[in-house]
Amino acid sequence: MNNINDTLIPKIGVITDVRIDTPDIKTFRVVTPDGKKAFDHRPGQCAMLSVPGVGEAMFSITSSPTNEEYMEFSIKKCGCVTDWLHQAEAGQQITIRGPYGKPFPVDDVFAGKDLLFIAGGVGLAPLRSVINYCRHYRDRYGKIDIVYGSRSKDDLLDYNEIIEEWSKDNGVNVYLTIDNPQDGWDGHVGFVPNYVKELGFNTNKVAVICGPPVMIKFTLDGLCDIGFDKTNVYTTLELRMKCGVGKCGRCNVGAKYVCKDGPVFRCDELEELPGEY
Amino acid sequence: MRKCSLDKINLLFAEIAKNAVLYLPVDENDGSAVYKKWEDGTAYSNALNTVRSPKDFFFPQTENLMGFKTLGKTIEVIDTRVEPDDFVIFGVRACDVRSFDILDRVFLSEPVDSFYASRRNHGIIISMACTRPSETCFCKTFGIDPAEPQGDISAWKTETEVFFKSNTAKGENLLTALDGILEDCDNNEVDAQKAKINAVMNRLPLKNLTTDGFGGGKTAEIFDSPKWEELSESCLGCGTCTFVCPTCQCYDIKDFNTGTGVIRFRCWDSCMYSDFTKMAHGNNRNTQKERFRQRFMHKLVYYPENNEEIFSCVGCGRCLSKCPISMNIVKVMKEIGGNKGE
Repeated sequence: MNNINDTLIPKIGVITDVRIDTPDIKTFRVVTPDGKKAFDHRPGQCAMLSVPGVGEAMFSITSSPTNEEYMEFSIKKCGCVTDWLHQAEAGQQITIRGPYGKPFPVDDVFAGKDLLFIAGGVGLAPLRSVINYCRHYRDRYGKIDIVYGSRSKDDLLDYNEIIEEWSKDNGVNVYLTIDNPQDGWDGHVGFVPNYVKELGFNTNKVAVICGPPVMIKFTLDGLCDIGFDKTNVYTTLELRMKCGVGKCGRCNVGAKYVCKDGPVFRCDELEELPGEY
Repeated sequence: MRKCSLDKINLLFAEIAKNAVLYLPVDENDGSAVYKKWEDGTAYSNALNTVRSPKDFFFPQTENLMGFKTLGKTIEVIDTRVEPDDFVIFGVRACDVRSFDILDRVFLSEPVDSFYASRRNHGIIISMACTRPSETCFCKTFGIDPAEPQGDISAWKTETEVFFKSNTAKGENLLTALDGILEDCDNNEVDAQKAKINAVMNRLPLKNLTTDGFGGGKTAEIFDSPKWEELSESCLGCGTCTFVCPTCQCYDIKDFNTGTGVIRFRCWDSCMYSDFTKMAHGNNRNTQKERFRQRFMHKLVYYPENNEEIFSCVGCGRCLSKCPISMNIVKVMKEIGGNKGE
């Protein structure tokens, strides 16, 4: 039966680089043993990574599809699989399967529009993929605003890339914030939802929010307060998954499976689902 | 239509077992019936149905998915799959036959689950009409006719004979191979039995139970019903209903360290369990009420919404007789759907 592919049977991936981003987030670079990308993906899609004997878990692919050499995963240490990954070194093999899920509509809905990305904490991981995709095809999109906040300066993910690359792009504005004042930080202090309201964006654009559930909720409320329509706001969900293809039966919200109908949802669609996420 | 006398049923089983593994309901000492492999002398049970559903034949309670060997930093994936032997399941009731269609829509939709598909390809289903449906039966609610069971071959048993009709090419091939034992016949006796079964069906207590109030698109209407609280109050979260259910298909994937390697296996799981949706950062179904609601919403609203209004319940009644607190889908349908079912 070796010739039959089954989505549950993974490929081997090799961790070629481990970058320490924050005290509890590391970014892992992954390729196949022959040095190639494991598979192509679209911005917002996910992959199942596993450590045999420890477990398998779903992670968003943080690198852009336009990166043809490797994939990256920004992973917060918070459970069995992630604890194990955090002690892994370059050269370590893991397993990888995917891509899973519905991507952001970058080539139709987003095309030609101004974009507003809002992220909290490790919520930047899935947005980095779409931000870098839109930066790569810069002329297809209007102005890009990025609001990103974390607990402290040390907890800001991809800080060097944000400062050295994103902030220097034409037509890209980055607004960083941290929860509490800190020595060596002269930027904004305060929570993301409030900062978004303070900045008061014009509403003729598409907004994408990703972060902890409570941050998503208050940011969405804030966007609605300043006049955004929920049909122009996207977010991504995360629930427990085993199969990744809508069969194991655990990541559903109402009749939708986050693994295959999500993780990207438009906020007006999300509102029609039961609040079980 | 073909038939053989009941005296010859063992000859028939022996003939089938020459080319395939034959499974059939067999009585246990405790009075219950279970599917067992036929061997010479195995007696076919007269029980209405088996305690566990036949879903194991295609979706076993546990199965190995793959193996891993790790050496230093390297990993090798080992394909542990083996092609199943051809097999025949004899005596599957109409309700359970429908459950295979319901499972097919999950496992055979893209991306096809090759583990399930290979068993499905190797299995032949011989169904059996129900001569005495019981008070926990409500298959008719879901449009299932116990007098006209489906499958590759349909069968009817009278006091003295067994009648067969093929429904698929696989079924016809098998009946042809049994030519030496079977003889051609007309439909008269089967028609008479169908009429008798229908007469029994019309006397069953759940004969008027309907799916009113359920189906795709009903989430907004019933998700927040205050009745979920009351209905789920006594639920122990034992998961018995999900394990005896022929359509429950939720599964877990886990790794087992053998000492010399790792086996990744799949096993049945239950949405009734508290850790089913538990993540490192929390649980989106924290209470038994939420888990209880999920099970019935899945069968009666979410599944039909995604599958052309087909309900993920076949009315077999197993959960009615097995739940330790006597809670069940019929009570949910009556309370939430508002139909009296009488």
